[in-house]
Amino acid sequence: MAEQYVAAVDQGTNSTRCILFDRRGRLVSVAQREHHQLFPRPGWVEHDAGEIWNNVTRVVPAAIKQIGATPSQIVAIGIANQRETSLLWDRVTGRPIGRAVTWQDTRTDRLVTELAGSEGPDRFAQLCGLPLTTYFSAPRIRWLLDHTPGLRQRAERGEILFGTMESWLIWNFTGGANGGLHATDVTNASRTMLMNIETLEWDDRLLEAFDVPRAILPEIRPSSGVFATATEVLPGVRIGAALGDQQAALFGQTCFSAGEAKCTYGTGSFLLLHTGQEIVRSKHGMLTTVAYQIGDQPASYALEGSMAVTGSLVQWFRDGLGMIHTAAEIETLARTVEDNGGAYIVPAFSGLFAPHWRSEARGVIAGLTGYITKGHLARAVLEATGFQTLEVVDAMNADSGIALTALKVDGGMTANNLLMQFLADLLDVPVVRPMVTETVSLGAAYAAGLAVGYWPDLEGLRSNWHRAGQWMPHMDPARRATEYANWQAAVQRTFNWIRPEDQEP
Amino acid sequence: MPGTVQSIERAAAVLRLLAAAPDGLGVADLGNALGLAKTTVHGIVRTLHQVGFVEQDHSGAHYHLSDAFGRLGESYLDPNELRSRAINWADSLASRSGEVVRVGRLVEGKVEVVHHVFRPDDSDQDLDVGTTLPPHATALGKAVLAYDTSARPRSLEAYTTRTITDPVQLSEELATVRSRGWATEFEEHTVELASIAAPIRGLGGLVVGAVGLAGRIERICDSRLRHRGDLVSMVRATADAIARDLREDP
Repeated sequence: MAEQYVAAVDQGTNSTRCILFDRRGRLVSVAQREHHQLFPRPGWVEHDAGEIWNNVTRVVPAAIKQIGATPSQIVAIGIANQRETSLLWDRVTGRPIGRAVTWQDTRTDRLVTELAGSEGPDRFAQLCGLPLTTYFSAPRIRWLLDHTPGLRQRAERGEILFGTMESWLIWNFTGGANGGLHATDVTNASRTMLMNIETLEWDDRLLEAFDVPRAILPEIRPSSGVFATATEVLPGVRIGAALGDQQAALFGQTCFSAGEAKCTYGTGSFLLLHTGQEIVRSKHGMLTTVAYQIGDQPASYALEGSMAVTGSLVQWFRDGLGMIHTAAEIETLARTVEDNGGAYIVPAFSGLFAPHWRSEARGVIAGLTGYITKGHLARAVLEATGFQTLEVVDAMNADSGIALTALKVDGGMTANNLLMQFLADLLDVPVVRPMVTETVSLGAAYAAGLAVGYWPDLEGLRSNWHRAGQWMPHMDPARRATEYANWQAAVQRTFNWIRPEDQEP
Repeated sequence: MPGTVQSIERAAAVLRLLAAAPDGLGVADLGNALGLAKTTVHGIVRTLHQVGFVEQDHSGAHYHLSDAFGRLGESYLDPNELRSRAINWADSLASRSGEVVRVGRLVEGKVEVVHHVFRPDDSDQDLDVGTTLPPHATALGKAVLAYDTSARPRSLEAYTTRTITDPVQLSEELATVRSRGWATEFEEHTVELASIAAPIRGLGGLVVGAVGLAGRIERICDSRLRHRGDLVSMVRATADAIARDLREDP
């Protein structure tokens, strides 16, 4: 019998990829297509959902063709997706209404402040585990319904569907307007602010507060479990899983037990700590989120520290400043100097995420002197990711009461040795990279493969995890303390930059 | 006698025009100046852009010479770029073969380790990225040395009794590497270890580095002490996959 594979579709912020994995969790082929980032106004970031689906229809066959396989060798599809990016579409035509509003979009700034009112941003935290910020979906849905003429009436009549990107993909994989399934999973639903974190159902109090009609919402399913059988792209293949990309990475790193943590370094970076079946409420700016749910088993939860701008700071250094030609070259440039020369870059491009959650903050370069060269700035760009991780780890340790003993890392930036060493130095723990850095896709594949019986259980998956690289801490503690103090001083200087009267209407 | 290659003549003409235009030129400007169709010029500048000789300005409308043009003697591929392109494929090779995988490139007569993947048995291992290996005593080294046109290492230091220390023998060995497209080593650097490597070819066929695996001879070689064919195939497929990645979108 021909070898069988699981196809992971990772619908990310910058691109859509299909990766095939074999039974031992090894990557066998990759196909990828980027989509356009649309910036119609300052602070707005949109995607064309039609373009994204079109990319899915191309990368999946391309990945299969790359190894000379046939669609019959695919046993399941697992979907991982950029989270919180919100789309409305027409139930009858299946066509998107406007563009998808991405997680980086800050158009709901003012709305979020209004919604918080006198109770503050934690107004809904008890119900949904999240603070009110521009990051999550519900304010975005509200904004779209308020700003598109006639849409609210149509939504209330049941003509409009809402979904994050996995819902859009599941709907299209299963026929779209011709009988497509309108569903999401618990991890994605936990990022909307509309799902009750305890019952794992849409909560009427939240729906009312955000003024979102229930009729537009998808059905909430477990993350791992057969959603439906695809009729498009891979007809006859079961969709076995859908998870938000960061939860998928936690799954791919086989962090299946309370106390296990991973950090994924991409456009943004996300540290997730598995807290078992317990809902831990953070006092230090971490988010409470669903880690995954397998079939009808109880859901597992996680604490999450989200950093909005990490890899995207390197992209800005490349595209915005033109200092380097490719993202990887930043390491070469950074190695032309010994240290940061006293410069610190705090990339609060659209406010600061965890643990500060300051939407009015904007970025600074602190400590500039005539001594600073582009090499120092390159260091400061990379170190910004390290310092942001340290802030999150500090907060996580305080919330969980357990000090991190090692950090499992993955994502594109783990190819940067200078950054990985800096992380180990700063956190003062070993930083460990697994054999498959594509953990987002791997996690989606694992969850889908479990659902269809391709893999028997979690222990089997755990035995697939192997260490591919490890960085040990070497930094002098006094220097670590000074550097961190300098960073914290720089962070203070980003606060209160945007004043309420500056905000766009 | 083979004739001259017209597209290279035209590319040279484009480069001369760009060198004389500090503000850069558009495709139409170049086409008008050379009396060539816009599509022809477009193909030429796109290729020159891909190989790194010209750059596009922010709007994408104008092309100008890149600074790489003045540094042709240097490696055209950044080592960190090579690592980021190689990482998925090197991981995959390590997990398939069960052995240590390294990506290396030739720097000042030595092989610099650009990327290192641990043997997937979760034993204690230290990252050796940035360290150097002797090119004549490792498969990784032979795989890059075979395609290097600059001077060969003058003193061939012996690491074991099997290290090739005779320049003539090394030349023969490198000729073999070139003819079959992959390199091997057997107890030439460390006793009881063997290695296999293949060159990574970037644009135009330039060898930008090599990828290889190393391990104990009983795992790397068969009962007749020949390097295992299945491992050779895996290494070559990995080098090809990295090369494809490098050529696809620079």
